[in-house]
Amino acid sequence: MSARQAPARRREWSWRSRSIRALVYQLLAVGLIVLLVWFLAHNTAENMRVRGIQSGFDFLLQPAGFDIGEVLIHYDALDPYWRAFLVGLANTLKVALIGIVLTTLIGTAVGVGRFSSNALVRGLCYGYVELFRNVPILLQLLLWYLLLTEWLPDASEPISAFGLVFLSKGGLTYPVPVWGVGQAAALGGLLIGLAAAWAWRRHARAQFERTGRVRSMFWVPAAIVVVAAALGWIVAGAPNEWNVPRLADVIVEGGTALTPEFIAVLLGLVLYTAAFVAEVVRSGIASVPGGQSEAAGSLGLSPGQNMRLIVLPQALRVIIPPMTNQFLNLTKNSSLAVAIGYPDVVSISNTAINQTGRAIECIAIVMLIYLSTSLSTSGLMNWYNKRSAIKER
Amino acid sequence: MNAVFTPVAARPAPHSTRGPLAWLRRNLFSNWQSGAFTLALLVLAVMYVPGMLHWAIFASVTAADADACQAARGIGACWGVVTEKHRLIIFGRYPFDQQWRPLVATVLMMALLMASCTRPFWRPWLAALWVVVLAAAFTLMSGGVLGLNKVTTDQWGGLPLTIMLSSLSIVMAFPIAVLVAMGRRSQMPAIRTFCTIYVELIRGVPLISVLFMASFMFPLFMPQGFSIDVLVRVLAGITLFAAAYLAEIVRGGLQAIPKGQVEAAQSLGLSYWKTQRKIVLPQALALVVPGIVNSFISIFKDTSLVTIVSLYELTGALGLALNSDANWRPFKVEGYLFITAIYFVFCFAMSRYSLWIEKQLNRSKNR
Repeated sequence: MSARQAPARRREWSWRSRSIRALVYQLLAVGLIVLLVWFLAHNTAENMRVRGIQSGFDFLLQPAGFDIGEVLIHYDALDPYWRAFLVGLANTLKVALIGIVLTTLIGTAVGVGRFSSNALVRGLCYGYVELFRNVPILLQLLLWYLLLTEWLPDASEPISAFGLVFLSKGGLTYPVPVWGVGQAAALGGLLIGLAAAWAWRRHARAQFERTGRVRSMFWVPAAIVVVAAALGWIVAGAPNEWNVPRLADVIVEGGTALTPEFIAVLLGLVLYTAAFVAEVVRSGIASVPGGQSEAAGSLGLSPGQNMRLIVLPQALRVIIPPMTNQFLNLTKNSSLAVAIGYPDVVSISNTAINQTGRAIECIAIVMLIYLSTSLSTSGLMNWYNKRSAIKER
Repeated sequence: MNAVFTPVAARPAPHSTRGPLAWLRRNLFSNWQSGAFTLALLVLAVMYVPGMLHWAIFASVTAADADACQAARGIGACWGVVTEKHRLIIFGRYPFDQQWRPLVATVLMMALLMASCTRPFWRPWLAALWVVVLAAAFTLMSGGVLGLNKVTTDQWGGLPLTIMLSSLSIVMAFPIAVLVAMGRRSQMPAIRTFCTIYVELIRGVPLISVLFMASFMFPLFMPQGFSIDVLVRVLAGITLFAAAYLAEIVRGGLQAIPKGQVEAAQSLGLSYWKTQRKIVLPQALALVVPGIVNSFISIFKDTSLVTIVSLYELTGALGLALNSDANWRPFKVEGYLFITAIYFVFCFAMSRYSLWIEKQLNRSKNR
């Protein structure tokens, strides 16, 4: 008795074959999309020829010819367009990065506040979240900007705090240390201190795992960092020179100023996104079963240890992916700064469109910038997410 | 030895755990930190709340009287700006004597929106009903037939435009989103790639750049001598944008359907489309209703951006109403607070509905 022969593999060019149908569908789809792209490109080229619109990215090398109110890198009106775009990008990143840090802090505080034993705190956190996430971000930005420019006193008579910080229609001015060798040494000390603190934590953890002896994981490293920074500062001769703003005749001089546009954008973005982050944090903490905290308590962990060692590490797994989305939203929403005149990359590109008429190129640049920011951020967060995910055997 | 029985003193009765006093103790003064916090908040409230109430209510001017408002400036709010300008804020530049038309259209759309939130309406004919009502609303607003004056779309504005833009775009985005979501889970690499690229591309860029594209680049995309209205272009932009986000929500729902469902359908001999239509989608779409509502809320808020490309929906109409009028311009803050309240009422109601429907849909799991 011999085994039956396997049927000969036949390539059947029939509509009944699933793989053939899939191939046909895909070819059709590709063909349709190629046709669509060709149609749009053809129309665009034709329209541009008829209307005499020039195209190409060569304009990026021409002088921009407009001033930008707020620059992080050196720029003047004679610089080429690409530099103007770079200034815009720097402004966008500035507001996005500071915004993300502040949003995380406020959002986490409010999210944890929803679990407070104090009813007033719970109610306030709930009210904050509902109020701020149910009003469009654009409206909030416009409202903050209006409040800052209407209700604050004129630049000649600012509100002052201890004669150090001034707030007026002209913005917020605050003192900054004069950058010198001493500050550099302090910064160096700080960096060395951070490295030493990290090494200490590693050592303490290793020892804990070997001997079970609990070493301080927070206070000692914090002390190392502070002492190292202070040492660096003292070694360099303890420089204590500050650029303090002071009230001159009509304006505030000295110090560093934040423009009202920047403050309004930052305030609007942070308060709006923090409401969403608070919800993310709340649902993350709520996702950890109560039995975990009870078990921690019966092992003798303090409420603080319970939060830090038991609840948060598990909640973080739930929190990180939606949190990433919120950070990306904040970055994308920073493009609304154009509505109140903060010179972010969208606003620069708008000016460039008005001056050169190269709409396609400018919009493409803006989209590319946001796309690469989004993709790189989500890549980074995915990497972190993988690290904190459950390690399954 | 005569031992005297001396009982241990009785333990004090426990604090009552009911009643307002016990509630206060538990929720406001459970330990010294909590108590200190409560007191600090109360002190802050006593310091600031009377001032706010004074500004917003007691010293405010509600009459449409610019001089009285000017006199109360800095002391009380000028709600007179709302009394004076509310029709311009709510209806934008729509011809004054014809404003009943957007009103009726808005009421129609809102009635349908509310009806769509109830289960008896979750039937295939709901889609047809939407098409009919939206077409009716569109005709009512644009006119040109049935003896109605023609009103060009650049005169549309205010709340009707906000509601129309958001509901039209979500309704049109929905079928695209379902197809794209199915495409992203397809076995065919080419289709999967296209759908993934579309979703990631749109989700990676801000809405404002899509709107700029709609207003600057769409005219170039069209064949010679063919122009489309700016409202339609913006609507197309918002639809494409919403579809990408909605597709991810629908995909989440599709992923939640156990594979056994598809396998069972296949073993019954159902085709791919029949499987999707009869087995997968009804389950998946019911799961994602809260997600769709949330998506609608964010589109509703995002329509405020069209004011940047010169369409005067609610936010834009406010600027339109106040910027050109020197008498009332100083009271823009009150105007902003008015539309803030409108947005808040709409979005808050929808988010409550989303929570409620989520509970309803999960009832079978929480038995």
